[in-house]
Amino acid sequence: MDPTLSPVADTGPTYGFGVSDFPGAQGVRLHIVTGKGGTGKTTVAAALGIALAGQGRKVLLAEVEDRQGISQTFDVPPLSHTETLIFDDPSGGSLWGMAVEPKSALLEYLHKFYKLGRAGSLLEKIGAIDFATTIAPGLRDVLLIGKVYEAVGRREGRGRHGKTPTYDAVVLDAPPTGRVARFLGVNEEVAEVARMGPIKGQADSITAMLKSRITAVHIVTLLEEMPVQECLDAVHDLTANGLPVGAIIVNQVRDPILEDKDLEALSGGASARLRADVAADLAGAGVPDPKGMTDVLLDEAAAHLERLDLQGEQDQRIQEQGRAVFYLPALADGLEAGGIRVLADELHVQGMV
Amino acid sequence: MARATTQAGSTKPGSTRPAGPALDIDALLADPGKRIIVCCGSGGVGKTTTAAALGLRAAESGRRVVVLTIDPALRLAQSLGLTALDNTPRPVSGIDTSAGGSMDAMMLDMKRTFDEVVEQHATPEKAQQILSNPFYVAVSSSFAGTQEYMAMEKLGQLRAQSAADARWDLIVVDTPPSRSALDFLDAPKRLGSFLDGRFIRILMAPAKAGGRAYLKAATATISLAMTVMTRVLGGELLRDVQTFVAALDTMFGGFRERADQTYALLQDDETAFVVVASPDRDALREAAFFVERLATERMPLAGVVVNRVQMVAGALSRGRAEDAADALDAGSAASSASADLLRLHADLATSADRHQGAIARFRTANPGVALTQVPTAARDIHDVEGLRTVGAHLAG
Repeated sequence: MDPTLSPVADTGPTYGFGVSDFPGAQGVRLHIVTGKGGTGKTTVAAALGIALAGQGRKVLLAEVEDRQGISQTFDVPPLSHTETLIFDDPSGGSLWGMAVEPKSALLEYLHKFYKLGRAGSLLEKIGAIDFATTIAPGLRDVLLIGKVYEAVGRREGRGRHGKTPTYDAVVLDAPPTGRVARFLGVNEEVAEVARMGPIKGQADSITAMLKSRITAVHIVTLLEEMPVQECLDAVHDLTANGLPVGAIIVNQVRDPILEDKDLEALSGGASARLRADVAADLAGAGVPDPKGMTDVLLDEAAAHLERLDLQGEQDQRIQEQGRAVFYLPALADGLEAGGIRVLADELHVQGMV
Repeated sequence: MARATTQAGSTKPGSTRPAGPALDIDALLADPGKRIIVCCGSGGVGKTTTAAALGLRAAESGRRVVVLTIDPALRLAQSLGLTALDNTPRPVSGIDTSAGGSMDAMMLDMKRTFDEVVEQHATPEKAQQILSNPFYVAVSSSFAGTQEYMAMEKLGQLRAQSAADARWDLIVVDTPPSRSALDFLDAPKRLGSFLDGRFIRILMAPAKAGGRAYLKAATATISLAMTVMTRVLGGELLRDVQTFVAALDTMFGGFRERADQTYALLQDDETAFVVVASPDRDALREAAFFVERLATERMPLAGVVVNRVQMVAGALSRGRAEDAADALDAGSAASSASADLLRLHADLATSADRHQGAIARFRTANPGVALTQVPTAARDIHDVEGLRTVGAHLAG
């Protein structure tokens, strides 16, 4: 086991952090990104990768669920088990991508530790590889995360300063919150089937890294009830398993658009006076059917206020966790037109990277 | 392929929806020939809510419905009266039964379902051996495909029960939150073919031959494979697997057979698939994969439900709303709120345009696939009234 992998200290609640305050900004080399399905965790993982690469770092962005989310996000050809350059940043940093594949990971592992050239293909032939990668509980996860473990720990170079880590940071687009504690709890999973032996040893090393201060698990959520509930459940489960929770990243936050004075005028329903004024303004600005459109606009405002209320309630629940929270805006145009760079910039400006 | 519920070329008057066949939910729910509706799609798109809303609407129009949910959100589960994960269908209260229908709901207990399969198909003595085997315990509670496999197993059981006692005439199934929406079609086959496959027979060889005698009996290939696996997996794990497999011996044909039966049931005309998506690129891409896959497997697609679609009323475009807001800022407005209200509308219109754009691209790539849209709600849905509203939107 790597002696630098000391257990993570409880850093306690953090508010109003700057660039260096965010716990884990210092020394974290493995960023694990999870979140409920549909919250945009792949997008956030990609934005985090871009932000880190923009700081001159060599970054590996890895996915493990065979969804080709990275290739779709960056509009590059489908990724394979081989690490592939996505882009070089002018800062000197670079972003690499990889889609970890359990079968390749197992064959690689067998080759590396057992020098099993022929036996590997023999195992494949009799179906043992399929067994290990799809049926046997926990082995698949050990293999997937084992590959990430290997990338984080890999060192190269023979310069004056000796070997240095190949990647300054690895960002893992992890399984969704519902499965992440089990996915990262490889030790417990493997212990169910292997109480000793080489797989147990590998799982122990991986667990030591996951529980150390070089790892941070970030949780992506929306300001909606179910995603927030899953986020809080994940914080609880991860903490209970001794895994270091990093930041909560709130995605798709709606811009209030309406100002405080508007909210005051609209709260408790629009007055006849406001209705008449808005209709007159719309007519003056040449909007067709000003009366009908006024009704539409005021209905939209009422729904918007309700949504802002809901966001406020959910934000409160997240703030009560006392953890680092970062907010990413809802992009009206979606991810097209460079939206993901906007999110990466936000993560940098807000001090996550 | 069965697309009986399609109304060719209909669009709603006054809407900006792209032309394409509309999914007629009420016709689907009213068809007595349809006895199973499977809701599938990627995570976070509202599969469970859609399944519950379809079940409710069917029940209130006179069908006797059971909804099988896999992993519902807590408050939605509570609103359906699902307080325990106990594998038992229970009546949902607050339903309008005046049309003669009823609604039961249940939550899948994956391990319990697996145990029941073992108990039904093995002798009591063998069953006990299997249930206490450490490898079985791990497989039945954590194998990545077990949930999918057991969901389909449970569907088969409910179908058999509905044929026997006529308590239900429609089963609505929610599918597990899988890695990919396609997993639940693949997992049963994967487990079935593993349990019937060559690897199992190799593992079985030593157990059958008794102790270490296999080293003589087995071919060189097999003994080399066993040596390698012992080194990699460790001897203890391998012994557990062997014991498990030996105990399962009596049930082998059973697994493949049952997986095949479920598969045939999914291909039958009495089944209808509803693919659920949200109006963003990734979810619609996943939906398109699913539509393709169903066609390949000759499984009957009813159509696609797109949830959480931003809709705007009124004919004011984003550009015109922004121009009007700028004009008001430059001039003297009667109310300071007017310009902000127009900007809010422009923002909503932008999202609405993006959603319709994504749906239009899906339409173009999947011509002939019936589709319905559910507008985004300001609040989360977690009561029967909310489900009723979703049902009304589903029906268009």
